[in-house]
Amino acid sequence: MSARAATRKPAKRKAPVAKKATRRPAARRAPEKSDAYQSFLAQAHAMEREAAQRYDELADQMEVHNNAEVAALFRRMAEFERKHAMRVLGSFPETPAESGEPRLAVGVPELPETISNNELHYLMPPYHALELALESEQRAVRFFDRVAGSSKDAKVRAAAKQLAEEEREHVRLVKEWMRKVPKPEAGWDYDPDPPNYTE
Amino acid sequence: MNAPDIAAFKPQDFKSDIKPVWCPGCGDYSVLSSITKGLASLELRPENVAIISGIGCSSRIPAYTTCYGFHGVHGRALAVGTGLKIARPDLTVVVTGGDGDGYSIGGNHFMHACRRNVNMTYIVMDNHVYGMTKGQPSPTTEPDWHSKLSPGGTGVRVFHPLVIALAAGANFVARGFSGDPNGTAAIIAEAVRHPGFSFVEILSPCVTFRPEQRAWKEQAHAASVPMTDDPVRAARRVMTDDGFNIGVLYAGNRPPYQPPIGKGMEGAMARIEKEFAL
Repeated sequence: MSARAATRKPAKRKAPVAKKATRRPAARRAPEKSDAYQSFLAQAHAMEREAAQRYDELADQMEVHNNAEVAALFRRMAEFERKHAMRVLGSFPETPAESGEPRLAVGVPELPETISNNELHYLMPPYHALELALESEQRAVRFFDRVAGSSKDAKVRAAAKQLAEEEREHVRLVKEWMRKVPKPEAGWDYDPDPPNYTE
Repeated sequence: MNAPDIAAFKPQDFKSDIKPVWCPGCGDYSVLSSITKGLASLELRPENVAIISGIGCSSRIPAYTTCYGFHGVHGRALAVGTGLKIARPDLTVVVTGGDGDGYSIGGNHFMHACRRNVNMTYIVMDNHVYGMTKGQPSPTTEPDWHSKLSPGGTGVRVFHPLVIALAAGANFVARGFSGDPNGTAAIIAEAVRHPGFSFVEILSPCVTFRPEQRAWKEQAHAASVPMTDDPVRAARRVMTDDGFNIGVLYAGNRPPYQPPIGKGMEGAMARIEKEFAL
């Protein structure tokens, strides 16, 4: 050890940490009461971004499991949702850039347009993937319809009505897409070399 | 360069570029999402968090995050996590794994980690089966679960991790469900915030070897009673519930175990870093 090191005061160690985090989580802060319109736009924007992100994750899952067709479908849906997020920003320039994070609490679902991670099957055909997409678009329609019918703020009601119409158009497009892909036959999940132990 | 603003860290910032290889539909995808949401909600920075694991499907999690990670030895994740937290109390230590890794191979470490009450969080993704090794029964597998590897079932009663944790002295006990990612994220955040050893058991279906577990989404429900600080009451509740009560069940007040840094150890980290410098 060098003389300098020997005479140097040992670095002060922090006292044992009593709590692992002292800040209150952002998700628990009460929203401002005066900005219903801003909060709603932030929520709408977050919905599209989260949906896009989830589609990308689902596409990743399918790529890893060599289901290229469904992976490509999910990737395309992710792109649609990203474009829709941009359109939300374009139609409503007042949309805050960074907010609308979902509230974290037991029983509070993910945002309405987000597909659950747990509905996939590695052999699922495109039709099933489109069924999931359809359900998510329908959830978005219901969400915006509900806001359009219940908000006390006229600007929120008008924006929600417009977004509900856009989501209705997506429902129509997904249904049209479903007519173009074959319906899965019985035994679609048959795997001649399944992962399960079979001997 | 200035460090980015803490508020800039989003759940996505806690996810690495490595694509998970879990089966599509596996509950662990949602648990990963819950962990990243929970850590982001606490306004932590990835470089201040260490995620430690053992062996098994769920133990792959450290690689899928941008936090420091240690993919350890089967059943020994808690030993590694304990050592790390004692040496580096400034880090947020989250230990992860599955029911086989944590309750069988690591069962002894589990009990003693609860007893020691070191300030860290243990997340177990429980799917009642050894998935990675093709579906052998685990300590939480129902005695009558029939499979080709356990014809007629094992006939062995299940391990009750929550009750064992309470009896052994865990300072925080909760149950989550992967089908409720936001709820699980909130539980994880609360567990990390709570001083001492916090244990979160997450029901996370194995869709390949236990496809019937997809029905858990119909069975899981929020606990109808508030959490308690009485371990006896908590244990009674857990022993008599349906196994699908979701929420924080117990939060105790035991002070965490954190020994003082021993004499002569003050510069230990610097010496080790110097020794292992490339």
